[in-house]
Parts: sequence; C-alpha cells; structure tokens
Amino acid sequence: MAMRPIATTRQVTGIPTGRLATWWVIGSEIVIFGGLLGSYLMHRLVNMQWANYAAHTNTWAGAFNTLVLLTSSLSAVLAHHAASHGDGKKAARYLWMTMGGGALFVAVKAVEWTHEIQLGYTISSNAFWAFYYTAAGLHALHVIAGVIIMGIISVACLKNEDLHRVELIGNYWHFVDLVWIFLFPLLYIAK
Amino acid sequence: MAESVPAADVHAHDDHGHHEQSFASKYLFSTDHKMIAMQYMFTGMAMALIGGFFAYAFRMQLAFPGMDVPFWGQVSAAEYNALVTNHGTIMIFWVAMPVLIAAFGNYLIPLMCGCDDMVFPRLNRLSYQIFLLSAVVLIASFFVEGGAFGGAWTAYPPLSAKAEYSLTPLGSTIWVIAVALEFVAFLLGGINFVTTAMNSRAEGMGMYDIPVVIWMIVIASILFMASVGPLIAGAVMLVFDQTLGTNFFDPDRGGDPILWQHLFWFFGHPEVYVVLLPALGITADIMATFSRKKIFAYKTVLYTTFATGVLSFMVWAHHQFIAGVDPRMAHVFTITTLLISIPIAELCFVYIATLYKGSITLSTPMLWALAFLGEFLIGGVTGIFLGASGADVYFHDTYFVLAHFHYTFFPIAIIGTFAGVTYWFPKMFGRMMNETLGKIHFWGTVIPFNCIFIPLFFLGMGGQHRRIYNYENFPELAGQGMQDIRIFATVSLLVMLAFQVVFFINFIMSLRSGKKAPNNPWRANTLEWQTPSPPPHGNFGSEMPKVYRGPYEYGTPGREEDFWPQNAPS
Ligand code: HEM
Ligand SMILES: [Cu+2]
Repeated sequence: MAMRPIATTRQVTGIPTGRLATWWVIGSEIVIFGGLLGSYLMHRLVNMQWANYAAHTNTWAGAFNTLVLLTSSLSAVLAHHAASHGDGKKAARYLWMTMGGGALFVAVKAVEWTHEIQLGYTISSNAFWAFYYTAAGLHALHVIAGVIIMGIISVACLKNEDLHRVELIGNYWHFVDLVWIFLFPLLYIAK
Repeated sequence: MAESVPAADVHAHDDHGHHEQSFASKYLFSTDHKMIAMQYMFTGMAMALIGGFFAYAFRMQLAFPGMDVPFWGQVSAAEYNALVTNHGTIMIFWVAMPVLIAAFGNYLIPLMCGCDDMVFPRLNRLSYQIFLLSAVVLIASFFVEGGAFGGAWTAYPPLSAKAEYSLTPLGSTIWVIAVALEFVAFLLGGINFVTTAMNSRAEGMGMYDIPVVIWMIVIASILFMASVGPLIAGAVMLVFDQTLGTNFFDPDRGGDPILWQHLFWFFGHPEVYVVLLPALGITADIMATFSRKKIFAYKTVLYTTFATGVLSFMVWAHHQFIAGVDPRMAHVFTITTLLISIPIAELCFVYIATLYKGSITLSTPMLWALAFLGEFLIGGVTGIFLGASGADVYFHDTYFVLAHFHYTFFPIAIIGTFAGVTYWFPKMFGRMMNETLGKIHFWGTVIPFNCIFIPLFFLGMGGQHRRIYNYENFPELAGQGMQDIRIFATVSLLVMLAFQVVFFINFIMSLRSGKKAPNNPWRANTLEWQTPSPPPHGNFGSEMPKVYRGPYEYGTPGREEDFWPQNAPS
C-alpha cells in the first residue's frame, strides 16, 4: 500500500480532520432536511385541513420508534466511551445494539406503512401524504445507511482498528436521531 | 487517523515515484490531486465545447429562422428548447463549477497550502467519478424517447413536473437526476477543499497567509453546501412529481409551483457567488503578481467576501418579482439586492487600488484579469436595474436579463478560466504558452463577446422576450431592424467561436514544443511557484515547505528582489 499523503496526517486547527468532515456531512444534511421540513411547514400553516390527514398517522408507532432511536443513541454513546478507552470488542458490541435499534425502527416503519397503504393513504393521495412519505422515507434511508456504515466500522473495531471512527458514526447517528425528533411532532403529533 | 500516524513531514515521500504505474491507475483511477484537477479541467472544457455548440445552433435559428444549420440541420421548436435549456445547465453546472472550483481548487489548494495532496484523496476521486457520471447522464438525455428536457435551466413546474406539458417524459427526469448527481459530486468535493485548507497547511502558514484564491474557493464551497440542500430536497420532490404522481408542485391537487421557485432561487442566487468567488480569487492573485504590489486591503477583501456570502442568502426573491410575490416583500428584496451590490462594488475598487501605481505587465493572464474586471462591472451595474422591483417588472424575462447574466457569467466562467489557465499553464504542464497567440485569442474573444451581448441589452429594452423560438410569429418583434441586430449578435458569436481555435492551437503547440518553464516564471510568491514545473508526485520533493510571510510581499523596500517567496527564510 502506498504511503499516506502527509496532508492526511496534519491537524493545523487541532480538530481531527475526520470530525471536520463529519460536521460537513451533517451540515449539508441539515440544509437538505431543513429545506424539506421548511417547505412542509409553509404548506401546513396555510392548509388547515392537513390536520385531518395527519390524524390518520399512527402516533403510538411513532412514539415507540422515538423511544427506540433514543435508546440506540445511548448505546452509540456507550460505544464511543468504550472506543475512547481502547476497548474495540466492547465498542463493537454496543454498535451492534445501536444497529439493532436501527433495524427495529425500520421494521416498525414497514409495518406502519403497509397498514397505511392498505387503507389507501399513498404517496400520491395528496400533498400531506406526499410530504409524509418523502420526509420519513428520506429519514429511513439515513437510518439504513447508518446501520450499514456502523456494521463496517464494528468489524474494524473487533480488530481494534480505526477506533476514532466510532465517535464519527456516533455523531452522525445523533443527527439522524435529531431529525426524527423534528419529524415525529410535525408528522404525527400535530393534529 | 490523525492520532495513528505520526506527523513526520520530512522524507515521507522518498519511496515514492519509483514504481511504474499502469495507464489506468495513472490517468483514470489516480488519487493525486493534480491528476484529478486535470480530469475536471478537461471534462469541463469538453462540456464547454458542447455548450458552445448548442449556443451556436440556437443562435443560428434566431438569426436565420428555419435555416438548415450546418452540423445540426433544421432546429425544431422542441430542439430549440432543449438546446437553450441544456446550454444554460451545462455552462453553469458542467463548465463553471468543475473548472473554476474543482479544477483550480484541486490543483491549487494542496500546492498553495504547501502539502502533498488533499486530506481525503479517495473521496476526491469518487467526487470526480460521480461528476463524470452526471455529465454522461445529462448527455444521454438527448438520445432518449421524446428528447432532452426543454423547460429552461430553472425547470419551473408545472411545465417540468408533468409529461403532458413538457412532452419529454424521460428527458425531464434524467435532467433532474443528472443535476442532483452533480450536486452530490460537489458536496463530496467540498469536504476536501474546506478540510484541506483548514487542517493541512504548511508549518507557519496562518489564516492570513493563505492566498486569496484559496480563501475564495473555500468560501464558495461553504456557500454551495449551505444553499444546495433545499434544492436537493426540491429535486427529490420534482422527480416524485414526475414519476410517482405526487403533487408537491401541482396547484390542482394542493401543491404549490411557487415553492419550487423559492427552493431553486434560494440555491440559485448564492450559486452565482459560488462561481464568482473563485474567479475573483484567480484574478486577484494575477493582478498582484503582474502589478508587483500587495493586494490592497487583504483582510478587507476577506471580510467583504464573508458579507457578500451572508447577504447572498437574502436576495433570492428578486428572481420572482412578477411571480406573485407580495409587493411589500418585493421591497425587502429590492433593498437586500441593492445592499449586496455594495460589497461587490467595494471588491472592484479594491482591485483597482491594487493596480494603482503598480508596475504593470500586460501579459496574457493579466489582460484576461483586467478584462474580467471591466466586463464584470457591466454585468454588476445592470444587475442593479433588475434588482429594483419597479424596473424589473418591465425587464423580467427579456433579453436585458439575458445580457445581464451573460455579462456576469461570461467574465466568470470564460474570462476567469482563461486567466487562470494562462497563468498556471507553466506550472501545470512545465511549458510556457505562446504570448502572441495568447493575445490574438484574447482580443478575438473579448471584442466579439461585447458585440454579441451589448446589442442584446437593446433588444431587451425594445421588448424582446426570452425563450422564443421564432420572432417572425410576433409582429411587433419581427421588424427588420430587430432582426438585423439578432444577425449581428449571431455573426459575432461565430467570430468568437472561430477564435477559440487559436486557443486550442496554442494549448497543444505549447504543450508539445513550448519553451520549458522555469519554476517561477512570473516571479510570484505563493508556494506552488517554489517547486519544479510541473510539480513532482508529492509536490515538494523530500522537504515540505515552511511559511514565513504572507503571499503578496512584492516590492518590499530594502530587498534586492522585488518579490519575497512565502517560504524563503528571511
Ligand atoms: C458562447 C457564448 C454564449 C452565447 C452566444 C450565449 C447565448 C445564449 C442565449 C442567446 C441564451 C438564451 C436563449 C433564450 O432564452 O432564448 C442563453 C441562455 C443561457 N446561457 Fe448563454 N451564451 C453563451 C455563453 C454562456 C456562458 C459562458 C454561460 C455560463 C457560464 C451561459 C449561461 C447561460 C444560461 C444559464 C442560460 C439560461 C438562462 C435562463 O434561461 O434563465 N452562457 N445563452
Ligand atoms: Cu439573483
């Protein structure tokens, strides 16, 4: 393998480059979701009847999923803690718990959506449902991507390699969590 | 990664450069920032040829309606729309962005910051690959059933959202996907531009020792990142409207077409500064070098640029003055638009002050830089007319607008690029360009450019609307006087395109047999000039440079040389 470029070893700001890059990714994601949710809110504020559509969403499923994601964020923190003490095996185990949370979240979503689609509320029913499926779907894609990346990182953790990445994926996971904290009240609770 | 590898700057590259690389790993899958810069540059130039060819085809139709255009044939109305739409799309997203930001950013950031590569070399390669894919996808849209999208580069719904209206069922979706892919490529690229400039500068290089062009590319990348998100969301919504039958933008079923305009221009306006800033940076560096003077008020340039960046997020609705925006809101956006012209005007004055009493050499790069300033001023000043909502009610969607933004984009994307290419050519390829051919090309481009677009201002003021296929169908626009002006503009375009041949001859001849370039032919201070031309793999040989001073120490009293390289110990 070729030598790593010197550029990758420098740290002029004192902040690790990987962390800077993660913040860049999160920053661009914030504006993407910001644009989407901003658009939704603008519609929501002028379309009072959307509250009626929102009444058909399953608040309990949403609440359960909120709990699942929050718990998985906790295990992500614990994974980071273990990694910062150099315990790769333990970090990997906590990452698996987080991945489990992500998988459960997606499973609940799948059941929920199947039910809604069976009742006839599809993405093309009207603008509310279009936003509902688009926003939650985009978020679910982020959950799935996070789970996959976490899987890759946990394999490296078992070999005690690249432990600093546990922190980075953790930051990303908190962000995904945070987006849901916005989605849940906007799509489920506000009726 | 930072923890695991010791920061040993010296001798790390000794074992490099010996192993032979295959063609593929050297040219196609290289992670070297210089190679990736070249890939972006040549892809951008190829796309510029396509975009220029499109302009040729639709301008011929405008000047000689119904004509059998050489190399194209009859331009049908649908083809005309597709040509105009993709001309604009290509010139901005596949020419200005890749060349000004990605090519110069990739080439200059590691060299000028005194390091050997980007901090994420493989991500950098991935960003180019996605970019290339996006270009291929866009071009593919010309060959699908129904043809390429023709709903303007702004893609307003409902026209863009429904196949019944656009008549390009596949073309419009492919167009959105291509643009979205391009955005992803530049988001990935931006990671490198920003983190490399932040974290990998040479020892001793403080924030205010960074050359202006690097600052500009970094700020442009940040502006892009902060503005493009809503449009990415919008692109997803638009594709869903096109393919899944959602109704985000369909007024019949609870959607709102104006929403797209907000999402588009919230990005679209900052985007003009995204391409402007790198061009400003390139010309700033060139002007300092060729007037042998410090850039006037370096820090003010930076603060002014930050101010411009912030303001650029507050002006977008000036594109929507007649789209039903509340007149009270229009006032607000008129004021912010007039405000943003202040920092821009200030930058122009800073450049003039840099030239003032300098000992100026009118080399080819300097000519381009000066032309940039002069031509861009015309674009900026006419923008003020448009920013005033009262005047814009009349100007909107006329050729006045078109001439305005070509007086901005052309200096940026074409003049700025030629300035940069002629300035850094010796470094990139190790040969000098021919000055005589360079000057012929310069005048042969700049004079016809003005002949194309000055008349279009007058057509616009005469009421000539944009996006019209054949003016013979509009009695009040079909007079011979107006048609003569159209023909004059088109002929000027032909002349300008013909002169580009001079550039390509010069480029290829200089590549093959130009005079060998010394390390520092312009006697400049920045780090890229303190290493061989072209720089070796790893950029600086075995010892990475240390920085002792800012980039613009020209004509320091008491020094024998009139320049003072950043890495020269005092
Ligand atoms: C080669 C010289 C060029 C000529 C003769 C030319 C000519 C034109 C014309 C006549 C149109 C408008 C057609 C219509 O709407 O009826 C147009 C549109 C456009 N051009 Fe150019 N152009 C040139 C170079 C450029 C460059 C360098 C850029 C950008 C970097 C550019 C960006 C655009 C854009 C964005 C549009 C569409 C704008 C909109 O629809 O709002 N053009 N061009
Ligand atoms: Cu604007």
